[in-house]
Amino acid sequence: MTPVLRAEGLGKRFGSREALRDVSFSARAGEMVAVIGPNGAGKTTLLSLLGGVQPPSSGAIVRSGGAVGWAPQQPALYSKLTVSENLRLFARLEGVADPEAAVARMLEQTGLAERAHERVQRLSGGNRQRVNVALALLADPPAILLDEPSSALDPGQRERLWSFVGERAAQGTCVVFSTHIVAEAARYAGRVLVLDDGVLRFDGPPAQLAAQGGQQGGDGDFEAAFVSFLR
Amino acid sequence: MRWLLAKDLLILRRSRLLVAVLVLYPVAIALLIGFAISASPSKPRVAIVDETPPDTTIALGEERIGVTQYTDELFGQVQVVRVPTREAAVAKVDSGDVLAAIVIPADIVSKISSGVNQAQVEVIYNGDALKQSFVRSTIDSALAQANLALSQQIRAVAVRDIDLLLAGGQLGVLGSSQDIVGLSHIAPALEGVAARTAAHGDRATLTRIAGFAAFAARNLGIAKDVLTTVSQPITVKSTLLHGRRTPLDTYAVVVAVTISLMFLGVLLAAGGLALEREEHTMARLIRRAPASATAADPQATADRAPPGGAAAGRALVSREGLIAEKALLAAVCSFAVALAMLLGVSAFVSLEISRVATWVLALACGAVGFGALGVAIGALAREVRAASLLAFLLTLPLAFLALVPSGSVAGGLYSVIQAISFVFPYKAALQALDAAVNRSSPGMVISIAHLLGLTLAFGVLARLALRRAE
Repeated sequence: MTPVLRAEGLGKRFGSREALRDVSFSARAGEMVAVIGPNGAGKTTLLSLLGGVQPPSSGAIVRSGGAVGWAPQQPALYSKLTVSENLRLFARLEGVADPEAAVARMLEQTGLAERAHERVQRLSGGNRQRVNVALALLADPPAILLDEPSSALDPGQRERLWSFVGERAAQGTCVVFSTHIVAEAARYAGRVLVLDDGVLRFDGPPAQLAAQGGQQGGDGDFEAAFVSFLR
Repeated sequence: MRWLLAKDLLILRRSRLLVAVLVLYPVAIALLIGFAISASPSKPRVAIVDETPPDTTIALGEERIGVTQYTDELFGQVQVVRVPTREAAVAKVDSGDVLAAIVIPADIVSKISSGVNQAQVEVIYNGDALKQSFVRSTIDSALAQANLALSQQIRAVAVRDIDLLLAGGQLGVLGSSQDIVGLSHIAPALEGVAARTAAHGDRATLTRIAGFAAFAARNLGIAKDVLTTVSQPITVKSTLLHGRRTPLDTYAVVVAVTISLMFLGVLLAAGGLALEREEHTMARLIRRAPASATAADPQATADRAPPGGAAAGRALVSREGLIAEKALLAAVCSFAVALAMLLGVSAFVSLEISRVATWVLALACGAVGFGALGVAIGALAREVRAASLLAFLLTLPLAFLALVPSGSVAGGLYSVIQAISFVFPYKAALQALDAAVNRSSPGMVISIAHLLGLTLAFGVLARLALRRAE
């Protein structure tokens, strides 16, 4: 299957600091790829390069089937606007053919139809994150990039978010997400990328990472394997 | 861009308190500054102790001048609080009930009438340095005015007496009237008598006296002019080099409107752009889609690292578009408020309403300049609160610096003030609007060209500050 997203020797430099070095990988339709690593490893930088938020210093990004959706770590929403007004604004800015239909579809898929006319500033953190992800999916992109989407959510909210994201992946959307909760990577991703100090150290299934870290099975074991792998 | 504009207007509509503060605060500040510039200073409360007997007059030759003519001139400059004694006056000054006290001594009349001794009034004051300076300058000015009025009365009496001495006429002495011969008539009369007198008799003496009388009459005539000069040695002739004389109240209107325009324009633009960063929406707006298809897969698109580091492809909104949208929105809003203010004020202050087209042009250029300054602040500050604070810290001093007149501070400091005023749009906007409303100089063309240059410079600064989305 042709990859919908491919990074070729990606590098990013901020002044004298090299945030990302020669990162190459590809992701296919329907695949869920988790990007994990310690703080400052380059996870957010990689996703922002893939999302076109900033240009790479070296290498290339190849996308198939159109632009990718991007949901930043902090919900990027207008708090004074309602949920539907946020969705409608970005649908229009993205040039979606039928903005009203796209808004109705996303409200239904995110389960926020009842809160469509509520201002974002009054939503819970979990619901804001759902709107944030919904904005990334408005134009029905072949791939979406989620930067630590569950970091501010409680367990129940996380569960609902991953259920929603999983459904989109099952429908063929490629999902690349970063997370600092490594157990989420083991549970939801089919593939894991481990970044450490800007370098891609691992690209493969979670079970393989667990094995390389000397552990097998269970979320706790995976976290221990990840820590062991980084040593 | 229209969707972004619509979104920002919707957000403004939902931020009624903010909008109310943004409109009312600058208008209030502007009106305060306007009143401070145009209103006459209020008369200070001054206690007066008048120790002169009632209906006392000053004797000048055969004339008598009422003391009240002098004191009325003095009291007209202050808010009079009459007190009976010096002690009561001191108590009032001490308690702060009055700013100062003036004691007019009982011997003032005799001293003025003597023509030898200088009369003296006592001024008692208290308070901090600022208050002391204000009281002293006010009372000095009032005393100078009163002295001038008195000296002019003395001059008028003296001139009348000189005229009588020269031309002759009725002179009242102790209730009776006496016809006196004028000095100017003595010389011809004596010359006639001398001509009829035998040559060996008193003719030579009479001729000498006639010569002296003619000399005295000529020089007494000059004394009238000397008295006028001495009573008011310097008068003022005003010459305006450029433009036309601007009434203070219309200039105050221009200052007030420009301040409102600046506050609203700068704060809205700065806050609007900073809000995009604060809500993390800027990255979403300006991230770029891939630019070109790769050779291997015509449906695939690629971002390759460009030599200059700029990202390829089209963003939802370009950085330049975002800057322009925020500056434009702020400019339109501030322009509307400032124009409404100017039109409203024109109902109370005499402004040339026929020049409304030039007002619009000056206000529009000023609004764009302030919008550009605002987006530069918003791009640099990154947070709404920081942007608002920075906008206040910049704009308030700018408004006051632009009003510092040349010559009121040291030359070097004034050059620094001029340089600061030059690199921000307030002074240029003030000059443009002053030229539009009052036809003052420099003309509108120079000020508008200056404003457009500053708009471009601040636009570039904002664009540079937006190089990184987050």
